[in-house]
Amino acid sequence: MELDVQYLLQQLVNGLSNGMISALIAIGYTMVYGIIELINWAHGDLCMLGAFFALTLIGALGIGAWSGPMAAFGVVILLLATAGFCGSLNLIVDRFAYRPLRRAPKLTLLVTAIGVSFIFVNLGLFWGGLPMTVFGEGNAAAAPKNFPAIVPATPILGGEPGQVTLTVRDLMIAGVTMPLMVGLWWLVRHTKLGKAMRAVAQNPTAASLMGINTDRVIGATFFIGGALGGFGSVIYAINNGTIGFQLGYRAGMDAFTAAVLGGIGSLPGAVLGGLLIGVARSLSDGYLEARWTPTLVFTILILILVFRPSGLLGLKSKEKV
Amino acid sequence: MDALRPSSHCRRSHARGSTRVDLLLLVAALALPVVDWLSGGLGLIDPMKAIFIYAILGLGLNIVTGFTGLLHLGVAAFMAIGVYSFAILTADIYPFQLGFWPALLLTIPIGAFAGFLLGGPTLGLRGDYLAIVTLGFGEIVQDVLRNLETITKGTQGINPLPPPTLPLPTAWGGTNGWYEFQADTPQPWYYLFLLFLVLVVVANRNLERSRIGRAWMSVREDDLASKSMGIPPVKTKLVAFATAAAIAAFAGGLWASSLSSTGEPSNYDFQVSILALCIVIVGGMGNISGVLVGAMVMIGVNDIVLQKIFSWMAKQELTSTGSVFGSPNNWKFLLFGLALVLMMRFKPDGLIPARKPRETGSARSATVRPKGEAS
Repeated sequence: MELDVQYLLQQLVNGLSNGMISALIAIGYTMVYGIIELINWAHGDLCMLGAFFALTLIGALGIGAWSGPMAAFGVVILLLATAGFCGSLNLIVDRFAYRPLRRAPKLTLLVTAIGVSFIFVNLGLFWGGLPMTVFGEGNAAAAPKNFPAIVPATPILGGEPGQVTLTVRDLMIAGVTMPLMVGLWWLVRHTKLGKAMRAVAQNPTAASLMGINTDRVIGATFFIGGALGGFGSVIYAINNGTIGFQLGYRAGMDAFTAAVLGGIGSLPGAVLGGLLIGVARSLSDGYLEARWTPTLVFTILILILVFRPSGLLGLKSKEKV
Repeated sequence: MDALRPSSHCRRSHARGSTRVDLLLLVAALALPVVDWLSGGLGLIDPMKAIFIYAILGLGLNIVTGFTGLLHLGVAAFMAIGVYSFAILTADIYPFQLGFWPALLLTIPIGAFAGFLLGGPTLGLRGDYLAIVTLGFGEIVQDVLRNLETITKGTQGINPLPPPTLPLPTAWGGTNGWYEFQADTPQPWYYLFLLFLVLVVVANRNLERSRIGRAWMSVREDDLASKSMGIPPVKTKLVAFATAAAIAAFAGGLWASSLSSTGEPSNYDFQVSILALCIVIVGGMGNISGVLVGAMVMIGVNDIVLQKIFSWMAKQELTSTGSVFGSPNNWKFLLFGLALVLMMRFKPDGLIPARKPRETGSARSATVRPKGEAS
């Protein structure tokens, strides 16, 4: 069998496209881990709720019927509103579930996050059971919901059989994720808040002695991580075409694996990990079988944790007792 | 929290106290079928089987999470390994075709071996990383069971599987000297599974007080200090891990026999691992009586109380079947989630807190190490 270059390239394009979404969600994991060493289990499910919020908004405003420049405007509204929703929800959860446990053992916090994740999943189930036209009335609550293709998959490059195809949707994904990542990098490196975040990540006690309001900084981290997850959930839903209350688990595990692969706590690591996981997934879908893809992702996750727990770009060791 | 812990001088009375809880539960469990019979059949006997099996699973998990202080999020995978090895050893489409007893006994070493294989390379990892590894393993096992259809029959599951048998003279109703448990008479199942649970409780009590049990707890409290006292942390954790896996696989064998089928692989998913974790946390990590109470609360609420409430509500026409809120299954995640969040917030030591050695210095509990310390 000769190597089909076009097929391989197409898989790579798809993989990078999906990988950018994973990267966006992975940043939410890595930021929270970097600052309070919590694996924020509920993050994937937060994105699931974000997708439901976006779909509800489409139904309420009728965005699905908009066309031309209005459609682009609709996407912007969706992105901003969902980011605001996810960020605020994450902030609220931090305020009521995690903040009271700041001084508690780390595993207490992790178990709480698992609990929050289960609550989110159940809320997603109830949400999907609401009698709304946009959810498909009469559908069971647990059934996947169709997400309208507000950004069409029109090819802008190739499109003929035998050509590598790049669609408007791929462009939208890159157009949303890249500025966000650059913006985040700028925020962490060059603003006062970013400096405070780095300080709290390094040593919360010392940071608070320097007059930094650590609770507020941690809250801001949750908000930003959640908001990026909100952006991610909208483009995930548009790209995927359907959403369901259980999508958070898989999407979250992919993103989490990406964060660990890149080195959890490292922002460039999350991006690199996301792209690598995206490519690995699409190669597995294309050359193995799609049903083995989750197994592959989890195997990668375990192997990294065993052989290189600090990830590709993570610090070699974090001795900061 | 420290102030509330019993200090060392009341240790004895406390230990006697928890044995008393065990005995109280045992008497209640023995009396339940009589109550059920007197009251004309409340239908409590059959769901109790699930409580016993989950209590065994919880006791297994308690060894890793309670005694040794490692968060384990994939215990359902070891239960699945028990279920499928019981099925493959007994079902007539496979060459082994063992009976109930040899197959059930074999699930124990098989489970231990699986635990050993996973634990060996991974137990040196930090707490939260280990949790992720166990989670990933759980997912891999479930995917493999679903995808290797030639062996596991995929989502159809393997069935039928043999029920328990007991030697019984033909004069007393046995066939060829054996009595085979029937699906429609729950009482023998009830007493047999209760007996297994009692055996597992006794084994756990003995392990808790044994040399290895004390080593588990010392590793939980401080693995660096245990190391300097001559207790190898990784090896000690490995024994805990393998023991828990063996008990979980045993619970799986019982489960398979009671269902007479493996069911589909998603019956052993992350949700089951979390249910087992809820049982241990709600009851009180590291406390055997606590795990028993936890199993009764979690499974009892889930399988009995919720079902009764919803069937009553349906009868009163308070809920419609079309509504998403009308089915008890749709509330399960919310229930588990709230149980975890509220317990962690208000009662992190569980309903029946375990006796812990008095801590000096920091208020940090057992499972936590200072940030970044290598283990």
